[in-house]
Amino acid sequence: MSTPYAKLPGWVEYGLIPLINLAVAFLVAGLVVLLVGENPLEAAYHLINGAFGRGEYIGFTLYYATTFIFTGLAVAVAFHAGLFNIGGEGQAYVGGIGVALACLWLDQTMPWYVVFPLAIVGSAFFGALWAFLPGWLQAKRGSHIVITTIMFNFIASSLMVYLLTRVLKPLGSMAPQTRTFAEGGQLPKLDWLLSIFGLNIGTAPFNISFLLALAAAFAVWLLIWRTRLGYEMRTMGHSPSAARYAGISESRITVIAMMISGGLAGMMALNPIMGEQFRMQLDFVQGAGFVGIAVALMGRSHPGGIIPAAILFGVLYQGGAEIAFEMPSISRDMIVIIQGLVILFAGALENMFRPAITRAFAARGQRAAAVVQTKGA
Amino acid sequence: MDFLHVLVVLLESTIRVSVPLVFAALAGLFTERAGVFDIGLEGKMLGAAFAAGAAAAVTQSVWVGLVAAILVSVALSLVHGYASITQRGNQIVSGVAINFIVAGSTVILGEAWFRQGGRTPALAEGARFQTINFPDADMIREIPVLGPVYADLLSGHFLLTYLAFAMVPISWWILYRTRFGLRLRAVGENPGAVDTAGISVIWLRYRAVICCGILCGFAGAYLSLAMTAGFVKGMTAGKGYIALAALIFAKWRPLNIMFACLLFGFLDALAIRLQGTPLPLIGQVPVQLMQALPYILTVILLAGFIGKAIPPKAGGVPYVKER
Repeated sequence: MSTPYAKLPGWVEYGLIPLINLAVAFLVAGLVVLLVGENPLEAAYHLINGAFGRGEYIGFTLYYATTFIFTGLAVAVAFHAGLFNIGGEGQAYVGGIGVALACLWLDQTMPWYVVFPLAIVGSAFFGALWAFLPGWLQAKRGSHIVITTIMFNFIASSLMVYLLTRVLKPLGSMAPQTRTFAEGGQLPKLDWLLSIFGLNIGTAPFNISFLLALAAAFAVWLLIWRTRLGYEMRTMGHSPSAARYAGISESRITVIAMMISGGLAGMMALNPIMGEQFRMQLDFVQGAGFVGIAVALMGRSHPGGIIPAAILFGVLYQGGAEIAFEMPSISRDMIVIIQGLVILFAGALENMFRPAITRAFAARGQRAAAVVQTKGA
Repeated sequence: MDFLHVLVVLLESTIRVSVPLVFAALAGLFTERAGVFDIGLEGKMLGAAFAAGAAAAVTQSVWVGLVAAILVSVALSLVHGYASITQRGNQIVSGVAINFIVAGSTVILGEAWFRQGGRTPALAEGARFQTINFPDADMIREIPVLGPVYADLLSGHFLLTYLAFAMVPISWWILYRTRFGLRLRAVGENPGAVDTAGISVIWLRYRAVICCGILCGFAGAYLSLAMTAGFVKGMTAGKGYIALAALIFAKWRPLNIMFACLLFGFLDALAIRLQGTPLPLIGQVPVQLMQALPYILTVILLAGFIGKAIPPKAGGVPYVKER
């Protein structure tokens, strides 16, 4: 299918249009705040203050952002191969098994820097495993990846309830969670990073997995734009028939892209499990897999866009908690609305303002051309 | 006799839980057959349930509630339609967005308007649907075998329950025996051909999306006006996705949809019934396995191990008229 839109300059394509879409999403969210009978500007103040007002708040913002970088990258990698991985939620949930196993095994005998690499491998392995099946089913049996990954989200949730209530729960405990990890299963905080800027981290669980997330973002950039595999993935995403003609194996790329995507989603589990709660709890993912969709859409599937988009959602999550505290009639569910609006305007309706912008630029371009002509004469 | 009693109770609750599934899956049938994928069934149902609960609580009228449910659901469908038909956006993304927007706003608005923790006030008798008892049901119940079947299984349901099961043949008739239905199916398989015949692809798809909205409205109204007395936060609890699974499991066919919904409803009812009781031969089945079974079955079906589910050919692809 041909794109019916003219090409725009890069800064418009990757800067202006996403910003306009985002602004509209926030405007509509402001209307909802008005409808509830509160002042949107006051809500915006609490949002910003709650996210950046103190070192501790910034720590929380970046803690959430860490999670969303992982899930955003996961969705983006699949996007590049033309696959919509809606199953980040389930993959992250199952990825938690890998983290929990590594921690439960070694936390009492080994220091964190031994446990952490194992947990990374474990989480990526289990996440990739959970994405492998939908990928394989799409590649070999032709079942639609969106539907299978949705189904796998639900299956993952049932599986994890089973594991946490029957298998991983310590004997004699009622709560559906693993035991609390000893020192070896707890990641060090990045308090030194914030203290460079003179900020005090307080109780915020901002931890070393943030650096891992940044490294993962760089690795994804390297993979997608600087390797042969990434090139093959992008080719398939742009034109499956061209990829086939070039001798790229569609099923191989589908399975690999899904496994990388699932692995990234699974690594998200490191942050809450080893970084904050020091145990695996029921529902620890808390929708982060779905936030990843919004983050990837806003970041245009580029790591350079995903990191700011993830921080924006970190701001929403942390600042949203502050709004809920200061303005009782706006609960944390406001974040869910904003998230939905961002997905709607930055994703499904991304082309809504494009014709107008294209026209504006075409008009400007013609004027500029006319000026050149008159000068020449 | 005891076995029969258990069976009747089980089947009765099967019918009760499958009604919203039947409505929602038929709703999905209309849009998906027209080539618009819709994973926003969940959101539309939730929005409709909230609108029904809120409107019925304020006006004390069940009919106002039903109309409000349909209006909200159709409005949400039109948003999906605008994004995926007019703006040619990604239909999956649009569906996900609608699910989120509704999940958040029903809680925020419910809390702002009623201040009951995201619930709408409990509805009085007149403001919700009442069960309909067939004539002489109480007298006939005494007759062995046929009595309980007539009195408990056929009689004593809500108006919407009968409507849901009536919608199955009606949908079949609309899709397979009317001109509109033929064109609707054609637009999901080969929109170019429909366009060549001089029929507007856009308008046809919009009509399909509106049909979907109306049916999702019924599904939502059933949840908050019939099954329970009022709206509860997140009350759809994944039913929209189960309906989606049922739709695929039924290979996009009306009659199959009814059986798929009844099967998934039966699994649900059975899971509640079996909680903690061991089965002969297999021993105790984890509830979680029973809950995951509809999804597992759908995945197995999609993988082509039980027949083959072939989706409408033009599904998920926005139509671009060549210029």
